[in-house]
Amino acid sequence: MAFNRPLLRTSYEQDAAIFPTYTQKGAMVAFGVFLVLMGLGAPYISAIPEFFLGPTWINPITNMLPLAISALGINILVGVTGQVSLGHAFFMGVGAYTAVALGGSGDEWQACVPFHEEIGLLEERGQCGLGLPIWVWLPFSGAVAAAFGIFVSPAAMKVRGLYLAIVTVGLVFIGLHLGRMFPEYAGDFESGRKWPSLDFRLWKEETPLIEFSEDGKWFGLIHLSEEQKQYFLLMALLGGFIILAKNLVRSRTGRALQAIRDRDIAAEVMGVPEFEYKRLGFAISSFYAGIGGALWGSYLGRRSPVDWSLFLSVDFIAILLIGGAGTIAGTMLGAVFVELTPEIVKHRTDWLAEQIDASNIFTPVANFLLTTGESGDFGPINIGTVAPGWTMSVFQWNFVIYGVLIVIFLIFEPLGLFGIWIKIRNYWKRWPFSY
Amino acid sequence: MINAFLQLAQVGTGATLVQTLLKSFALGSVYVLIALGFVIIFKATQVLNFAAGALSMAGAMFMTILISDGGLPLLPFGNPLAPAEGETASVVLFFVNVLIALALAALLGLVIERLAIRPMVGQPLFAMAVITLGIEIAIRPFNLDATALEGRRLGVPWGASSWNWGDAVVPKSYIVAVIIAAIAGAGVLLFFRTKLGVAMRAVAFDQEAAMAQGINVGRVFAIAWAMGTALAALGAIVYGMAPFPPGGSVSQEIHPLLALRVLPVIVLGGLDSVAGAIYGGLIIATAEVFAGQYLSQWNSTLGSGYSTIVPYLVMLFMLLVKPYGLFGTPEIRRV
Repeated sequence: MAFNRPLLRTSYEQDAAIFPTYTQKGAMVAFGVFLVLMGLGAPYISAIPEFFLGPTWINPITNMLPLAISALGINILVGVTGQVSLGHAFFMGVGAYTAVALGGSGDEWQACVPFHEEIGLLEERGQCGLGLPIWVWLPFSGAVAAAFGIFVSPAAMKVRGLYLAIVTVGLVFIGLHLGRMFPEYAGDFESGRKWPSLDFRLWKEETPLIEFSEDGKWFGLIHLSEEQKQYFLLMALLGGFIILAKNLVRSRTGRALQAIRDRDIAAEVMGVPEFEYKRLGFAISSFYAGIGGALWGSYLGRRSPVDWSLFLSVDFIAILLIGGAGTIAGTMLGAVFVELTPEIVKHRTDWLAEQIDASNIFTPVANFLLTTGESGDFGPINIGTVAPGWTMSVFQWNFVIYGVLIVIFLIFEPLGLFGIWIKIRNYWKRWPFSY
Repeated sequence: MINAFLQLAQVGTGATLVQTLLKSFALGSVYVLIALGFVIIFKATQVLNFAAGALSMAGAMFMTILISDGGLPLLPFGNPLAPAEGETASVVLFFVNVLIALALAALLGLVIERLAIRPMVGQPLFAMAVITLGIEIAIRPFNLDATALEGRRLGVPWGASSWNWGDAVVPKSYIVAVIIAAIAGAGVLLFFRTKLGVAMRAVAFDQEAAMAQGINVGRVFAIAWAMGTALAALGAIVYGMAPFPPGGSVSQEIHPLLALRVLPVIVLGGLDSVAGAIYGGLIIATAEVFAGQYLSQWNSTLGSGYSTIVPYLVMLFMLLVKPYGLFGTPEIRRV
């Protein structure tokens, strides 16, 4: 390791390594330890997320993890293969409903024969499912979504760019309608249905082998709350999928996909079969989407068909563009940023609302920004229970912030957060020179 | 399947057929208006305007603010053309207000073009499209919040009233929609014959060459966005008239999704073709309305609201036959 020449590579393995320097390896290990300690609720360390997200910080972070798995998928399709897709929510939905069909609470397949006239009552909807354990439904949810991806992929040969984006928008709407057509699986269109829990069972036995839905001791060793268990499970799964995705991108397959992104005709001339690799890109991307969708539904416990809407797809495009398309680290940064920023804004607004009565230095700021919605009390953010007027709640302001952030990032930093990181890194690498 | 066609022939009386045809033309008119907005913006600036949903709804919101609230918020003066409290405007006054609302929508389009689109000229098409997605997300809460929970009235003078032609009931709004779309379509076609329109076509063909010929490309961009936004807003206002599903108001549920339903139209017609927008709108609306009318006895099998996905199915089928639409320019690929 040549200390003074950080870009010197002496072998191909070194060039393709995930973490080429000891500094990066050390930083990754430290970060991993940090995440574990954070999950265990270690003092000082867990104070960091608590500052941003409040005492229930583990919920928004755990909620982000399945979405990050799906985001890895959209990175492979849009960032690596270069096929623009707004249909990611559809593939997530496919995975999620596969999980429901296989792992759902119902115990008899007979109850699922789709005669809609007979499934009139709300309570009888969304009862279908075989009740199989997680090790069956999780791989299947990925596989079925991948099959749908393969089925859709010929469209990417027919049309390119924006036309493909519109076609995949169509997929999302067809998916929403399927949710309406099959209430025995999807439940009521608005209120949805229950998802199978994350509990690990060998088969359909009463007490799970490893449980994720109750507080308690794991194997009699360590006492964890329900949230902590889910956090660790999903974090471990995300870690595994990150390694999988990273290895895919730096392998022969990944290079072929990137060749197609950079120019598909040129790739074909060089002997990269265009259709096969586009199909593969769709399949892998949908696989990730399906796994992410199934885990997300299972973590939240209850989802409705309207949750797999176009806006979920747009979320992923935003994650990709804000984080940095084509890079795994960028995708993860984007997922953290896009999914946690609204929570941070919400938590800090709640905190600001408390400052009104505290009469300290923040009180004038709070008085300026917040309103209870009653007449005579002005401010852009409505924290009251008064019906919406011209001021909006934090929830709605979050959408505005989100939209504006997408625009600002694309205009000023097209490479996203990862681009900012590269700029900072290069600055220090070259310091004190500017070139 | 054969059974379905037999049913199609038997179910409808003549009056049903006339009504269904008229309904498809009316819905087609709405689609044509919004599709024209898409096409003009795409032709001139190569941006697929995903913000059309929020922008068109904002235009309709301006209309309700003008006519129901009697003036814009935060401004010291009211709208002198608003009808008195509890009354509906006369037809002339209503259309004057529509024009003001369209002008406001055009202004909104200008602002957005200047702030968000102009700095992105020359960037990849997808990046530009995603910028418009961001705009859509940012504007949408303002629309939804202003609509509150119940729809805001558009104050259409003729309400839901209709004429009777024999057995067929012909809502006045449908006729108005068709007339407005015809005027707008003819106006756009004529616009492309004027000097400015020719300049826009030149910009669409090659921005740099157009600039070298002395065309102010920035101004063409601005005009395209103003026109596109105003046309989309007109579509949303027309869709707010009574027998259309929002029922004489701007709806929180139906209006935000309206522009997304037009995406199949522009794929069918071709993203950059005015004629394509017109034919595409009419074809898609006819398919949607006829499916909604004549397949309704299978509602329980097809799922309620199945007619809203008919456009997407037509679009997917169309892609297998003609990927770049009826009148679209095929992408030229080079190595």
